[in-house]
Amino acid sequence: MFNEYDVIVAGAGHAGSEAAAAAANMGSKVLLITMNMQTIAQMSCNPAMGGIAKGQIVREIDALGGYSGIVTNKSMLQFRMLNKSKGPAMWSPRAQCDRMLFALSWREMLENTPNLDFYQDTVKEIIVKNNRVCGVLTGLGHYIYSKAVILTSGTFLNGIIHIGEKKFGGGRVAEKAATGLTEQLVELGFVSNRLKTGTPPRVDGRSLNYRVMEEQKGDKELTGFSFIQQPSIKPAQQLSCYITYTNQEVHDILKTGFDRSPMFTGRIEGTGPRYCPSIEDKINRFAERDRHQIFVEPEGFHTVEIYVNGFSTSLPEEVQYEALKLIPGFEEAKMFRPGYAIEYDFFPPTQLTNSLETKLIKNLFFAGQINGTTGYEEAACQGIIAGMNAYLAIKEEAPFVLKRNEAYIGVLIDDLINKGTDEPYRMFTSRAEYRTLLRQDNADLRLTEKSYKMGLALEERFKKVERKKENIQEVVKSLQTTVIEPQEINNYLLQQNSAVLIEKQRAAKLLLRPDISLNGIIESVDKLQDLSHKYDAAVLEQAEIQIKYERYIEKEEELAKRISQLEELNIPETFDYNRITALSNEAMQKFKKIKPKTLGQASRISGVNPSDIQMLMVYIGR
Amino acid sequence: MLGKLAGWDDTIAALATPQGVGAIGVIRVSGPKAIAIVNGLFPSKDLEAAPTHTLHVGYLKYNDTIIDEVVIGLYKAPRSYTGEDVVEISCHGSYFIQNNILQILAQCGARAAKPGEFTQRAFLNGKLNLAQAEAVADLIASNTAASRKAALHTMRGGFTEVLKNIREELLTFSALIELELDFSEEDVEFADRSRLMNLLDEAAYKVKQLLQSFMLGNVIKNGVQVAIIGKPNAGKSTLLNALLNEERAIVSEIAGTTRDTIEETLNINGILFRLIDTAGIREHTSDVIESVGVQRSLQKMRSADIVLYVFDATAISKAELQQTLATMQTEGSKIIAVANKTDEEGVDYATKFTGIAGIVFISARYQRNMDVLQDALYTSVVNDEVGTPETIVTNTRHVAALEKVLQSIVLIKDGFAQRTPLDLITSDIRACLYHIGEITGEITNEDQLDFIFSKFCIGK
Repeated sequence: MFNEYDVIVAGAGHAGSEAAAAAANMGSKVLLITMNMQTIAQMSCNPAMGGIAKGQIVREIDALGGYSGIVTNKSMLQFRMLNKSKGPAMWSPRAQCDRMLFALSWREMLENTPNLDFYQDTVKEIIVKNNRVCGVLTGLGHYIYSKAVILTSGTFLNGIIHIGEKKFGGGRVAEKAATGLTEQLVELGFVSNRLKTGTPPRVDGRSLNYRVMEEQKGDKELTGFSFIQQPSIKPAQQLSCYITYTNQEVHDILKTGFDRSPMFTGRIEGTGPRYCPSIEDKINRFAERDRHQIFVEPEGFHTVEIYVNGFSTSLPEEVQYEALKLIPGFEEAKMFRPGYAIEYDFFPPTQLTNSLETKLIKNLFFAGQINGTTGYEEAACQGIIAGMNAYLAIKEEAPFVLKRNEAYIGVLIDDLINKGTDEPYRMFTSRAEYRTLLRQDNADLRLTEKSYKMGLALEERFKKVERKKENIQEVVKSLQTTVIEPQEINNYLLQQNSAVLIEKQRAAKLLLRPDISLNGIIESVDKLQDLSHKYDAAVLEQAEIQIKYERYIEKEEELAKRISQLEELNIPETFDYNRITALSNEAMQKFKKIKPKTLGQASRISGVNPSDIQMLMVYIGR
Repeated sequence: MLGKLAGWDDTIAALATPQGVGAIGVIRVSGPKAIAIVNGLFPSKDLEAAPTHTLHVGYLKYNDTIIDEVVIGLYKAPRSYTGEDVVEISCHGSYFIQNNILQILAQCGARAAKPGEFTQRAFLNGKLNLAQAEAVADLIASNTAASRKAALHTMRGGFTEVLKNIREELLTFSALIELELDFSEEDVEFADRSRLMNLLDEAAYKVKQLLQSFMLGNVIKNGVQVAIIGKPNAGKSTLLNALLNEERAIVSEIAGTTRDTIEETLNINGILFRLIDTAGIREHTSDVIESVGVQRSLQKMRSADIVLYVFDATAISKAELQQTLATMQTEGSKIIAVANKTDEEGVDYATKFTGIAGIVFISARYQRNMDVLQDALYTSVVNDEVGTPETIVTNTRHVAALEKVLQSIVLIKDGFAQRTPLDLITSDIRACLYHIGEITGEITNEDQLDFIFSKFCIGK
């Protein structure tokens, strides 16, 4: 029934879908196996993509030639560029999506991808020969062979759902869990552990009183996520979100359910994310706060369903409901679905190499929540890397690895494989040491060429970036050479409360002033007006950022270069750590387990002290 | 960074006490064969069978010849200074005996240790961290009580303690900034700018204190330069001898006898003073050799921390003294005016020079009021700096890092003043934390996230 495939991807969430698309687009024959063809790329939790640090990741996926950015552009119902008041490294695109349209767009794109087959089934076991994966055994009993396998199990491996004292197996509510695979992997020598996450209740939007809530509108300009495709909606078509708050009465009601809370009674073993706590966790840990923010988010253009963001809970349904009704605007609320918590298996990611291949089994890759991450964006970006590397592994080519100073994706994977994680791992900009380099606006300049050279990003996309680079150079040069007379600009400077010019000055120098924008200069200076006709907004913005923040960009580039020297000090694969008796116990164990390839990698392993690194350096002969 | 080592599987030996004649000398042997080698030279007991941390008296014999009567201190790995098997041989303090023993040890397979090699091994075997290893090096180099105290303080982590506080402050600061950046969408109150500024100011103040302490630390480690100057025959050399209680300089009645500078050290309450006796300052001299000496005196005076200006109280007028002191003050060193030759009975020199503060009246020849002069020297060092700080920075690597910390703090403050976007300011904050990390170990972003998650309710 099945021919042999190059790559089998088990799971069609955000990681699996990107993985399948990447491997197939590079040329692998791919089979995507999902338990339910209706739920491809399902947004299991909030109907939103992007946000701070996450938005940058989606831009990176798009720059590499992944689908998440395009799908988000096709399905958004509201767009905002967050942090616009801060520096460009913090500008973060975020979109509310139409949940159904999002999944539909994904399926459409996957179906239009060459080399990609689908099959609805579960993966029960992987087939391993000589420590190399060579296929899967499905729940329906099919042996399907392949040269590589990518597991993207999400929350499905031995998933257990908790609502109050009720507890049942499931990968999402109303969907079956996947069993058997964890046990087989553990038998093969993998270590597994449990994590927990949760989701809030959904309500009927018609039952809410928006007049008492604060409206949150979309931006007037939709820049979106993709470098090659505009958002499908016009700014005026956007839907609004609303903000309301819990209060002491809500908290009091919630507390009446604490004795039946699976979190507080110890029935949940898995660790949940600290930055995405349930409402009961919030009022328990931050008792001094008398209110918490609730975001009321539409689920789509064609449904009245509302997502109650900020109210994630696993308390009994009736407690959820009674508490909800005390929130301003929710007095008449009708609940569609209760919130719940879910526990699932993950495999501590220190068991992976930087290509996301497992160290134990060749050509077996893990991506997404199976590696302890949380978030669609985090999952999707692992998917694309695993997909690319599965293709490359089959070709026996060197893996595609992004460095920490090249992409948030590089930071994420480097953190995962070296530090592991004790709680669901989410990206923050503070995790990146080169934040100023890893901006959403330059993801294409950073990554498209690399991906094109590996054979994923299409030539058209690559050419576009090359043209953009040339254009940026032209604009920068023009600004560096154009001299502005005081009378041309002083009106604008006065308007901006900036000191007026007494002598002529170059445009680039003027741009260094904090309150002065390129648009403002172009509008005031006749001879520069050509720029806005000749170049598009993204090019002008890029030139402006490169000039305005040059000092900071150069500083980080220099630091990256300095630190990368440690990356070039290789540790022999056969190095015997036992020789260094003085290593701390923790460092010794971590080194043996993780087998860092370079001193740089060794230095980032958690629990390793600078003195451990110094000793290691002495021993490897530096 | 540490140099590549020749190897560390062998056994090394060296004199652990200073070269020279003392009551006893200690030879330290370290390495896997340390006990076996010494055991072969020590017939009266089986050291290999003896428990660790024990002392053994007996003769050291080589080819049936008694070398010396010694005490053997036995430290078995890993409970020793280097973490290896260590034997310490306390022998008699003769240069001949010590060298003889070292030669015999070498013949038996314990090669001569390179400078610092014991400490290096201790570091490699995890007995010391880098800061401690550096402090040990300082300890070895130190030769006064206060210096030892400062070095010991670093070893026990006193300095690290202060830095830890600074680190906490900066961590709080940076976590508050990161909170604003990564969680700007959250319903948390962000720190007001004045609080952030206070945090910065506090950290800057502490770093400055540490940097100031380095000056005192430096004084403690390298000693205080004291130049003794004065006209020919004012009694400079006699004063030097009186301070040292020894006859070192040539003392004669002929003016200009001291042709060159002579340097001696003096220990007052643990502070090391380097006393430089100089050729007298005379405006005009025809003697070529002496004019070279005078030049050198002026140089020494300019580089000295303290200048003892010695004058003959019987031969100088108040006006002349005032004028000389005023001229010398322009050179910038701290000056103590020392009125010498006040031994003549019945003359009230205090009245003669009334109105000139801080003169110390002595008689070098009769060693009168030498204790007063010593007090003056001591207090001029200790009171001048940051009191007597508990913590003193003595390591130049630490100072370099601290200076960079301070520079970063200035950049951060500038950034705020110029309304630079927060995320850009963080690159200076990170640089600041990085330089602290050069001394205390890295601060990771996990530390910051832990802080944020423990203090603020984050998450939708």
